[in-house]
Amino acid sequence: MSAVVHPQAADNSGHAHADLHQHKQSFVSKYIFSHDHKMISKQFLITAIVMAWVAMIMSIMFRLQIAYPGESFAFTHFFLGDKWAPNGVLSPSMFLGLVTIHGTIMLFFVLTGGLSGTFANLLIPLQIGARDMASGFLNMLSAWFFMAASVMMLSSLFVESGPAAGGWTVYPPLSVLPQAIPGSGTGMTLWLFSMVLFIIGSLMGSLNYIATVLNLRTKGMRMTRLPLTVWGLFLTAIVGVLAFPVLVSAVVLLIMDRMLGTSFYLSEIYIAGEALDNMGGSPILYEHLFWFLGHPEVYIVILPAFGISSEIISTMSRKPIFGYRAMIGSLMAISFMSFLVWAHHMFITGMNPFLGAVFSFTTMLIAVPSSIKVFNYITTLWRGNIIFSPAMLFSIGMVSTFIVGGLTGIIVANAALDIQVHDTYFVVAHFHMVMGVSAIFAMMAAVYHWFPRMYGRMMNTKLGYWHFWGTMIAAYGVFIPMHYVGIGGGPRRYYEYTEFPMFQGHFMDLNVMITVFACVGGLMQIIFTYNFFHSIWYGQKAVENPWHSNTLEWTAPVEHLHGNWPGPLPVVHRWPYDYSKPGKPDDFVPQTVPLEEGEEDEGN
Amino acid sequence: MMTLLILAVLVLGLMVVFRLSRVADLTNELRGSRQEHITERTNWLQGRLMWLFGAVYLILFVWLPYAYSDVFLPTAASEQGVWIDNMYTYNWWLLGIVFFLTNIALFYFAGRYYHRDGKRAFWYPHNNKLEMVWTVVPTVVLVATIIYGIIVWNRITAAPAPGTMQVEVYSKQFDWTFRYAGKDGKLGATDYRLINAENPLGIVTRKALAARLAGLKEEAAKATADRDAQAHVLPEDLLKEKDKDVAHLNRMVERLLGLQALMEQDIKDNGDNSTYLHGADDKVTKEFHLPVDTDVELLFRSQDVIHSAYLPHLRAQMNTVPGMTTRINIKPTITTDSMRVITNNSEFDYILMCNKVCGISHYNMQSPLTVETSGAFKVWNIVLPVFEKPGAATAQVAEPAAGTKEESAAQTEPGTNK
Repeated sequence: MSAVVHPQAADNSGHAHADLHQHKQSFVSKYIFSHDHKMISKQFLITAIVMAWVAMIMSIMFRLQIAYPGESFAFTHFFLGDKWAPNGVLSPSMFLGLVTIHGTIMLFFVLTGGLSGTFANLLIPLQIGARDMASGFLNMLSAWFFMAASVMMLSSLFVESGPAAGGWTVYPPLSVLPQAIPGSGTGMTLWLFSMVLFIIGSLMGSLNYIATVLNLRTKGMRMTRLPLTVWGLFLTAIVGVLAFPVLVSAVVLLIMDRMLGTSFYLSEIYIAGEALDNMGGSPILYEHLFWFLGHPEVYIVILPAFGISSEIISTMSRKPIFGYRAMIGSLMAISFMSFLVWAHHMFITGMNPFLGAVFSFTTMLIAVPSSIKVFNYITTLWRGNIIFSPAMLFSIGMVSTFIVGGLTGIIVANAALDIQVHDTYFVVAHFHMVMGVSAIFAMMAAVYHWFPRMYGRMMNTKLGYWHFWGTMIAAYGVFIPMHYVGIGGGPRRYYEYTEFPMFQGHFMDLNVMITVFACVGGLMQIIFTYNFFHSIWYGQKAVENPWHSNTLEWTAPVEHLHGNWPGPLPVVHRWPYDYSKPGKPDDFVPQTVPLEEGEEDEGN
Repeated sequence: MMTLLILAVLVLGLMVVFRLSRVADLTNELRGSRQEHITERTNWLQGRLMWLFGAVYLILFVWLPYAYSDVFLPTAASEQGVWIDNMYTYNWWLLGIVFFLTNIALFYFAGRYYHRDGKRAFWYPHNNKLEMVWTVVPTVVLVATIIYGIIVWNRITAAPAPGTMQVEVYSKQFDWTFRYAGKDGKLGATDYRLINAENPLGIVTRKALAARLAGLKEEAAKATADRDAQAHVLPEDLLKEKDKDVAHLNRMVERLLGLQALMEQDIKDNGDNSTYLHGADDKVTKEFHLPVDTDVELLFRSQDVIHSAYLPHLRAQMNTVPGMTTRINIKPTITTDSMRVITNNSEFDYILMCNKVCGISHYNMQSPLTVETSGAFKVWNIVLPVFEKPGAATAQVAEPAAGTKEESAAQTEPGTNK
């Protein structure tokens, strides 16, 4: 650990101290207790890939049950055994467990930890020209809390009474009373403590990202010259710091209700032949606290995705991002407004209808900055010179899925329309499109784009094409029909629909269609996983700036160094989007190139 | 065996793909090509694929709802539902237009402007006028849309006119119970501590409270005697459990005594208007009937966890929350019989289902709803037994007619598959 360059020492006068003192590191200090932001980002990414596979296999198991109720599947039996899948048929309690853990893992462990954790760590120091994060030690801790939380969440799958099974929102009283559902026993306790660990890790990470962006920008790197990736990740960190503590408070009160006999969320409950003592609490309180995080959380997921896709679309279109300032402005507007819309998840919970009207209004307004972003993406493509790298394909895919999800958002934001589709598959399709698929696409794009920066090798482009088109078709094949299941009144979290005459015939055909595409989509990820791990060791060796990009991370040597740059830190002279600038010989001008006399800088 | 075979084929197929791509890579590398160097031809192909995908996507997007139109719910069967459906129509048109314009632009531009060697992109970093247009236009459209939405929302959630018929919908794991007012037209007070087999909704009347109190006192006395008798044989932790039980029962007795005092005070203060006097003639039933073309206020309570009462055909939904009463207004406009004609399905039934995950049998917590003419409704309602017949010894609960759906639902053991 002695080789760590402390950022305090890393000033712009920059002695070439970083590479000269590269100590030989032990395996433990290099790969496990690493303080280096690039290594930590790899730790986040690999953990997230493992977690994503777990969540995806879960989704395939419950999709099989929904489409083919009561049929036996060796696949399900292989993973769940006789206890949870007797004769290969998923049991109803494990169905709910899988649905719950799938949501939890995807949202928190893949799209928060995996997306922000990986790319904030990788890109913030490299793109702002810093030697490392503000605190390497905190950064290491954040990665380890994330991993401990992951292990604890996975361990809840193996307890006797099963994992938490009340949906990823774990509403009380269901999540408090083991009498109500077996999953609210030990599994729920592990879920809650895992979330506390996760949040601690996330807060340490976020504080670090904020401090780094504010304090460690290199000379000339004004806030208005930051790449949009950094803006997205920076605002994400701010939203996270403000929102996650509220979830901790909700979780702590829930733990107290479960373990200490308090009544924060419980009142007048008669269950299992017994009237409980608890009086005066309210589950609505939990819902408010939960969604005060829960809604900003979806922006925590999507803001980095915006940043990543902006950066990639601009680079690969060889064209400046259209309306750089408007993009920053709308990111800020979304971040701010994300705290004013939480109760739109609660229109029909019995909350005062006046609040419903207020939150409908604020929610509708948040669509304005989102639509500005979409128009700006499209204008960036217009008259570009588009290089279709796999990263670019995924970025365009992200814009397309975000359009669908954003538009259906206008339906569910409307309190009166929400009455009809609340908690149906329409909502499931909506949020999977707008933040699930969109953010996953952005994450894939980022992996393809920055893989040479992370591992010094290239991923295979052809396999990337197969992966993209397969995933794109599968994603739409799953989620477009799902909207119609929801419009037809199909409730979510139903183990099977066999008891309802209205949910037969074509309704089930749609469900079969969804499941088939889900399986195809799952298989496509094998291509990605192979490509990813194979390329780490056998990929083509990368050059320093493979995408002819302007940002600072491509000025650092391919070989990873502590402190990132061997000599002094690079100095920034211009904004990051001088692509195809008239009068320049190349179609890109790195940020380190000084302005010519009389040249105007768009980032000023 | 079949599964193994399929698996083997899949794995082999993938391995072949990976090997082939590796061979192609190696030959390309020998020729000096690099992964990041994407040829004009590849860019052209990917651009055309964008066009192809965009076209197929938009066509299927139109075809799917057309081919599967029978999945959609039939016409709205309540006044509120008609308002909601009209607003849906407006929204679908609006969103449809934006959806097509943006997607066409996105896929068209992506395919049109693929990379050509020696060409340069157009330098176009910003245009304030254009950006102003697409800030202001969406704002205006969205504000108009939401004002429309809020007007409808306010109409739906408005306080009901005095004298509106009230029906209670009561949820517990995993079935529904309904309560109709008796001759007085009012629903009586309830308390969850009065719940037992005779009084499933915990209706509070003088008689019911006295009976429950007597029962509880007896239970408490028994538990105390039991505890004392075993005090010196039981290990400490089991004894503590018993102490807890005794304390719980004593606390319940105390609280019910408090409730009794409260009730007497309320009756003294309000006379005949006291809600504690309205419960005796309430009708508790497992069947759900509503009269057509009548304003109804549905009141929701829950016994154990949060459920959600979802009536898709009426476009109505409200969560049921333990510890509080939630409500909606509804005015059914089409009887079950008429709907059977409209849907051309002689077995059609309106359905009430649970739409908030509530436990293992969540997927089967349902009850049919019969909407009928007010005459038929009265005939059905009048023969329901009242909670406490004047002078009768025990309270009564109407049994559901044999073979109804919620009964078979209730009998479905969790975990069984059919």
